[in-house]
Amino acid sequence: MSGGVDSAVAAARAVDAGHEVVGVHLALSRQRGTLRTGSRGCCTVEDALDARRAANLLGIPFYVWDFSERFAEDVVDDFIAEYQAGRTPNPCMRCNERIKFAAVLEKALALGFDTVVTGHYADIREGVDGHRELHRAATWAKDQSYVLGVLTAEQLAHSWFPLGATPSKDEVRAEAAERGLTVASKPDSHDICFIPDGDTRGWLADKVGAEDGDILDRDGNRLGTHAGAAAFTVGQRKGLNIGYPSPDGRPRFVLEVRPKTNEVVVGPKEALAISELAGAKHTWAGQAPADAESWFDCEVQVRAHGDPVAAEARVEVRGPAEALAEAGHASTTSGGARELVVRVREPLDGVAPGQTAVLYVGTRVLGQCTIDRTVSAVAPTLVDA
Amino acid sequence: MGIYLDHAATAPMPPAVRAAFLDALGEVGNPSSIHAAGQRARDVLEHGRERVAASIGADAVEIVFTGGGTEAVNLGVKGLYWARAPRTRILTTRAEHHATLDSVQWLEQHEGASIEWIPVDEVGRIRLDALEAALARDPETVALVTALWANNEVGTLQPGAEIVALAAAHGVPVHLDAIAAYGQVPIDVRAVPAAALSVSAHKIGGPVGIGALYVARATVLEPLQHGGNQQRARSGTQDAAGAAAFGLAADGATTDLPSRAAALAARRDRLVAGILDSVPGARLRGDPDPAGRLPGNAHLTFEGCEGDSLLFLLDLEGIQVSTGSACQAGVPEPSHVVLALGLDEATARGSLRFSLGDETTDADIDRVLAVLPRVVATAREAGLAGRAPRLGGPVRE
Repeated sequence: MSGGVDSAVAAARAVDAGHEVVGVHLALSRQRGTLRTGSRGCCTVEDALDARRAANLLGIPFYVWDFSERFAEDVVDDFIAEYQAGRTPNPCMRCNERIKFAAVLEKALALGFDTVVTGHYADIREGVDGHRELHRAATWAKDQSYVLGVLTAEQLAHSWFPLGATPSKDEVRAEAAERGLTVASKPDSHDICFIPDGDTRGWLADKVGAEDGDILDRDGNRLGTHAGAAAFTVGQRKGLNIGYPSPDGRPRFVLEVRPKTNEVVVGPKEALAISELAGAKHTWAGQAPADAESWFDCEVQVRAHGDPVAAEARVEVRGPAEALAEAGHASTTSGGARELVVRVREPLDGVAPGQTAVLYVGTRVLGQCTIDRTVSAVAPTLVDA
Repeated sequence: MGIYLDHAATAPMPPAVRAAFLDALGEVGNPSSIHAAGQRARDVLEHGRERVAASIGADAVEIVFTGGGTEAVNLGVKGLYWARAPRTRILTTRAEHHATLDSVQWLEQHEGASIEWIPVDEVGRIRLDALEAALARDPETVALVTALWANNEVGTLQPGAEIVALAAAHGVPVHLDAIAAYGQVPIDVRAVPAAALSVSAHKIGGPVGIGALYVARATVLEPLQHGGNQQRARSGTQDAAGAAAFGLAADGATTDLPSRAAALAARRDRLVAGILDSVPGARLRGDPDPAGRLPGNAHLTFEGCEGDSLLFLLDLEGIQVSTGSACQAGVPEPSHVVLALGLDEATARGSLRFSLGDETTDADIDRVLAVLPRVVATAREAGLAGRAPRLGGPVRE
């Protein structure tokens, strides 16, 4: 229970369903703020008090579990390391993958619980063969299945999202008010919980250390300087401050971040288009496809609120393990690295290494990979012409 | 309520105290008012003050009621510090309660104090040789010594008389935090002539929201809050009903103390022996000599598990205990006291404090001993919070 309205109502529904429910609030930072400021963050003492109050009103026991050490290692340090490597991580997915449905779930199972219940908007269904499937929420606008795409069959077997079938957040708020929960009208939390002021770039500069570096075009010509490559994301347009327009007067976008040389490569929007993406670190949300090594049709979504696009995907065994280990990954089986390769039917913009590609078939989440590499849809010379 | 073994957090209020409290709440009248109602309230208030004074061997005029134990400690520490200006050295230990730690650290940050941490030994007892050496180094610059009478977490009794004697030899005043010790061991401010000494009502069955600072006649204190000068070192309307209940609770908690403490210690000793006998990896912390610790305190660490897992599982069994000081219960963190004993963080995380009271029965102890081995085994399954989960796959191998 984060202290927000969603987890409070999820807990209430679990109680209504007749389960023995215990409220758990996660302490994820040892230097937590006292009060929420606006809608930012979700881990203050005020939030812990709100969660406790909701549990009291529901008549369920409530405990705070300290996972600050794991969170620092698996989410915050990972976030920093990914940016340092020129990649664009999604800390909420890491938190679901490693904290909420891993460290917390394991502790809960050991202590005698069966299931972790959260206020996520997504749906778990029994498939025809009795296997659990993860599906989008009833309402597209609230759907959070993307950030849950990292869950595996074992994790799904012990997860429940009671809000998945609710058409709107307004309904959840109305239900909370009806139940007398004090958090009914509490603002939604946004942004990254461990960067409470929302200034990701400033926060990263503090942690990573920022040195001035070159902004280059694709031919290696120096266009300007930046204050630190790690703070940039592929597809980013704002904050380049090159100072003079491109030759054709069109805006420039970040195409590539090179942390080793502290360089940022920019170019026109067309150059962002990719035709293929791939990642070694992949999972299946439930049953894997019957023949994952042959192309299968699906849709791919590369950000939490992005649209899915038609694609085909398969698992490929690529060369010796060293090839991928070099890039910092090692999802290896006997001598070769297995990689999930996704080809989009239409070019897709702004896909950065480190982002997660979640595969869907209809409303069902099939699986995901963390993107290691992309293949440009357009040859550089064509874009320039 | 199940089996309540968290008396060190707050103790149940005896029916007679509750009745006296409610009676007094029914009366109107500000003890500072001149009319008859005010005089009746003043009578109730002063009777309570006399009882609290008697419970620690003080005179009524030496008792300043406060809004609780934390305020008493703040007044004792900051009040002495300011009154002793321009002296800036504060001698204390890292095993103090947060009320003291946070007060001295605030004085360091805002009022130019310099803290000298006197080491404690492995049972949490202040090292008198180190205290003496620190005092002897330019005693004129020491503002005060502040120490516990007994540690609130691990229960170790401190050599209060020796601390006061060493400081007195150098003309340095001592504040003693006797909140955990009050009602468990005899406290006599004539035998241990501290400059100031803190106690709290709710730890001995009185109401929450009232405490007292003993301020010796000769002690000069700078007040924390200013106003109507109702008491020697504290302004604010006085709480006659709270004082009445506090006084009665103080009476009860210090009457027949040696025999009550012996009975408490006997049950505690049986609990400790039973745990050490049946739970592998359990270690008693604080003084292993029963006479060297609070009679109601059993503090143990359980290797390989989180205290908060143990607390949760015992709570499910209807047994209420603590992982340490309740003030930290919001966000579980390894106890600074256990760390001060020289133990590592993983060990500290496995802390559990059982604090017994007069109404704790032999059957309660039996029940704890019956469930604890199973509870510890389950908590060990859940492991330490820092352990990497098996689920979710490593982020980067």
